[in-house]
Amino acid sequence: MRLGSGTFAACCVVIEVLGVALFLRGFFPTPVRSSSRTEHQAEPPAPEPSAGASSNWTKLPPPLFRKVVIMLIDGLRDDFVFGSKGVKFMPYTTYLVEKGASHSFVAEAKLPTVTMPRIKALMTGSLPGFIDVVRNLNSPALLEDNVITQAKAAGKRIIFYGDETWVKLFPRHFVEYDGTTSFFVSDYTEVDDNVTRHLDKVLKRGDWDVLILHYLGLDHIGHVSGPSSPLIGHKLREMDSILMKIHTSLLSEERETLVPNLLVLCGDHGMSETGGHGASSVEELNTALILISSAFERKPGDIRRPKHVQQTDLAATLAIGLGLPIPGNSVGSLLFPTVEGRPVREQLRFLHLNAVQLSKLLQENVPSYTKEPGFEQFKMSERLHGNWIRLYLEENNSEVLFNLGAKVRRQYLDALRTLSLSLSRQVAQYDIYSMLVGTVMVLEVLALLLLSIPQALSSKAELEVPLWSPVFSLLFYLMFLVLSALHVIVCTSAESSCYFCGLSWLTAGGVMALISALLCAVVCALAKMFADGKFLSKNPAHPKARWSELDVLILLGTMGHVLSLGASSFIEEEHQTWYFLINTLCLALCHETYRNCFLRDDCEPQQCSHVEEGFVSTAPALRDRSIRCNMLEPHRVSKGPTSLDTLRGHEKWMVLASPWVILTCCRLLRSLNQTGVQWAHRPDLGHWLTSSDHKAELSVLAALSLIVIFALVQRRCSLTSKVAMALGLLGVYCYRAAIGNVLFPWQRDSKDISKGVIEARFVHVFVLGILFTGTKDLLKSQIIAADFTSKTVGLWEIYSGLVLLAALLFRPHNLPVLVFSLFIQTIMTKFIWKPLRHDAAEITIMHYWFGQAFFYFQGNSNNIATVDVSAGFVGLDTYMEVPAMFLTAFATFAGPVLWASHLVSFLSSETSSGSALGHACFCYALICSFPVSAYIILVTSLRYHLFIWSVFSPKLLYEGMHILITAAICAFFTAMDQTNTKS
Amino acid sequence: MKDTDIKRLLYTHLLCIFSIILSIFIPSFFLENFSILETHLTWLCICSVFVTAVNLVLYLVVKPNASSKRSSLSYKVTRFLKCCIYFLMSCFFFHVIFVLYGAPLIELVLETFLFAVILSTFTTVPCLCLLGPNIKAWLRVFSRNGVTSIWENSLQITTISSFIGTWLGAFPIPLDWERPWQVWPISCTLGATFGYVAGLVISPLWIYWNRKQLTYKNN
Repeated sequence: MRLGSGTFAACCVVIEVLGVALFLRGFFPTPVRSSSRTEHQAEPPAPEPSAGASSNWTKLPPPLFRKVVIMLIDGLRDDFVFGSKGVKFMPYTTYLVEKGASHSFVAEAKLPTVTMPRIKALMTGSLPGFIDVVRNLNSPALLEDNVITQAKAAGKRIIFYGDETWVKLFPRHFVEYDGTTSFFVSDYTEVDDNVTRHLDKVLKRGDWDVLILHYLGLDHIGHVSGPSSPLIGHKLREMDSILMKIHTSLLSEERETLVPNLLVLCGDHGMSETGGHGASSVEELNTALILISSAFERKPGDIRRPKHVQQTDLAATLAIGLGLPIPGNSVGSLLFPTVEGRPVREQLRFLHLNAVQLSKLLQENVPSYTKEPGFEQFKMSERLHGNWIRLYLEENNSEVLFNLGAKVRRQYLDALRTLSLSLSRQVAQYDIYSMLVGTVMVLEVLALLLLSIPQALSSKAELEVPLWSPVFSLLFYLMFLVLSALHVIVCTSAESSCYFCGLSWLTAGGVMALISALLCAVVCALAKMFADGKFLSKNPAHPKARWSELDVLILLGTMGHVLSLGASSFIEEEHQTWYFLINTLCLALCHETYRNCFLRDDCEPQQCSHVEEGFVSTAPALRDRSIRCNMLEPHRVSKGPTSLDTLRGHEKWMVLASPWVILTCCRLLRSLNQTGVQWAHRPDLGHWLTSSDHKAELSVLAALSLIVIFALVQRRCSLTSKVAMALGLLGVYCYRAAIGNVLFPWQRDSKDISKGVIEARFVHVFVLGILFTGTKDLLKSQIIAADFTSKTVGLWEIYSGLVLLAALLFRPHNLPVLVFSLFIQTIMTKFIWKPLRHDAAEITIMHYWFGQAFFYFQGNSNNIATVDVSAGFVGLDTYMEVPAMFLTAFATFAGPVLWASHLVSFLSSETSSGSALGHACFCYALICSFPVSAYIILVTSLRYHLFIWSVFSPKLLYEGMHILITAAICAFFTAMDQTNTKS
Repeated sequence: MKDTDIKRLLYTHLLCIFSIILSIFIPSFFLENFSILETHLTWLCICSVFVTAVNLVLYLVVKPNASSKRSSLSYKVTRFLKCCIYFLMSCFFFHVIFVLYGAPLIELVLETFLFAVILSTFTTVPCLCLLGPNIKAWLRVFSRNGVTSIWENSLQITTISSFIGTWLGAFPIPLDWERPWQVWPISCTLGATFGYVAGLVISPLWIYWNRKQLTYKNN
């Protein structure tokens, strides 16, 4: 079957997406779980150990507190309470921490520092897997054993106000609830007022046992304007007054009932210096945790410094405090200070319960648990505990009893710490089999792509895909049989759960058939290549073309980038790699232009021909040499002298200056958004602009940018879309003004902030309109043959529609990124690609590089925290999953997508060769799939690396998303290519 | 004829390498607390002065290209002044390129500039010595097949290897090893120096290896 190289590449990328998806499913493991979830609840609590003597304490101890109020403030970093900000803005809390009846802790959250996994960690005490980030937005109900479910089962009445996530996690658990949605990041007052308005009523009532409040405002402020914004202070003060209100009300109630209540103030995760969260910087991990109760009375001189504990410890503590069984999957240990005031026997009882639960979890997850030091410690302390109970029941000497009790307590605490540590370290098993199948698929596709380079990039841009011969070959059936047998063996013998084995037999068989077919295709291509190679080596008439410097650079750059992915620092600072590469690319282009301009005029004829040869052979880096020569000769020679000679004076100067202009633009963009890890804290223009003092400057900049965008985009649009574009850009400014990012000149201060839904929808309409006009033009060009201009215009309109959408979704301080992107594209088109006549492959790779660099210029990084989630809610009234995800993905990958769509419109406007689009699509697919495949292998080999969760996994998610987007782009390419060949 | 030329080339290059080694060891006799990493800027200055001096001396002694016929004093002086200006311009040019590559614009200006100076010393000074202040000749030498003598060939190799050394020298900067030599611009200057030395070593060997294939039009 003959396929165009574009179609072929698109198919390959689609298969690759499947492979990557399978790999991702296997890579992100399901976390450590207690297998006996259902039976656990029925299980009686462990009785007190009592060496010989019979103890009457076999039931769960009674609750320590009558009422528990959990006040969870989203993004409450530890220094917001314990640092200078806390002292300044939270006077009451500071008083409680320093002198009041409270215990304060710095609770360390684990990755990923995103709300839903953190709520789960707080309530179950377990460590949610990384994949919870992805499921963060559509949280299904929590089925694991947790404090809330236990409390409900014990007949406690729970009231909840705050983040809706809770309601989804714990459906039908609350007797009364009011969920607020967290998706309008720019709203930070209403979300909290919605919680606080119920407070007065609820505090007066006595018909509840647990009250949970989840305040989102602080986190929203962090997302919008960072942790150093003045708004943070206001919010903290508000939170402080709410805390005071709750505390005083609880105290006054206690006076009547004489049973202590517990007030918990905690954060779910911290906040990075830029205001985001999701990663593993100290600011994001450390949260404040304060337990306030009159049971924690202290003497005047008793200074309690905030101790460092794990966030997961809270679940066990709450369970003990409420007199509930500790959740089965909890890896936390009891926060001991909370029970310090109780009699020794009760203390030991609590510690024992906790230790039994942890050791049970250990037994279920570690085969050789008896060798674990924590388990041995636990056994020993249990024995000592028994002795102590016997002594206690025999009413022995109080001093001996006291000393032994202290010893047992110390032993227990040590055992708890060791158990908890070794459990948290228990990284869940990777699903190696699924990973392997995914990797094999991806690698086979890559091999196929690499082997078909010579054919695919030939002037016809077509290649013979041996589709039917492998299906009927013996190799295929053998492979299929062997793989199926392997599948059966692996799936029947595997102990751990395996996603791929869980698939239906038909699907698995299909995947196996696909793998064997791909293998056969690879073998075919290899055999063919050998045959061709022999044939070619026989006639040495072909001169060996030399690679130009640009090709060498492109090849080395790609290789170097792929290799750099093996180092965590290079992943964190990947933007540096791309900036470095595009700078070098610009300098190489500069060298090429200068050589062409100066040496052409006055060099000797012989040298001229040398240069000519060097220039003519500018061909893609990855191309096979010998084949390249004979296929390029025909249409290369016809070009004759390069068009540099034909340029007039000032244009020549522009050609010479253009690399420098581009370099300067890139340098400016670089200082707009600092990303990465090491230098992320450096001051940058973006922060300067977004700070509230510089609103006027930001407004001017945004307005200017929008005008320049219009000027750059409109020149090749049809009149309708010009008007639509102008109105759309105006709408973008109105939208930003409506949500309070920028100001109108006649508007002094932005009091009335709305969600800007109407304005955003106005722009959305124009985006759709422009895209529609573009599609219409494309269809027209397809029907009316040889209507070339309308096709060009149509493609450009689609491109400009995407630009308009990006302008809407980008934060206003990022609009210059869009401007510079358009500007660089214009300059490159006019003064570099056209005069220097690069071929499609080179242009494609340059587009890819610039697209990657612009991804980082936008302020993205290989870190989940930098994804601008607010882009997903532009123009939406309520959270709708599909549009929100689409918008967020587009806003994040706007750089690569815009450059790729520019590539399409540029290549199809150049009529020179019909195969350009096919070549470009093939090159794009190849250059995108190369890093993904290499990265999959790297990650597999580095899966026990220390930074696997914080650095490598987010990058893996980004790569997965990138290959998905590449598949979409390649499909678009192919569609355009099809229209090309038809018209 | 050719072998003697290559030998002379080798000796001059060995002298250059020797001057770099001297610049590491001699200052420690005169200056206290001298070390490449801690007093990096001092070393940069000294190294640059040493290499320039050796290049000039070699140029005067060896005279690789036939001296021009007009050798009046005023011509020599203007030529020298022109060379100085070219050198300064190249320093500024490199500085601008470093900033474009991401070097801080306002902080660490002196460091960046001295880095530009040392890179100019490794690249521009030999060019000035060998080719004189003649941009056309430079462009000729640095384009494919434009070389007319083994001196120019070695110049090409050393210059390009210095650039590549500098380019590669930037790679360790983002790594989180927290070593003193990862600080801007130390790794780059060290890279440039290693590249230069490598070029000095490789070029005579490469020319000797390929002496059969190399034919120059002027010879």
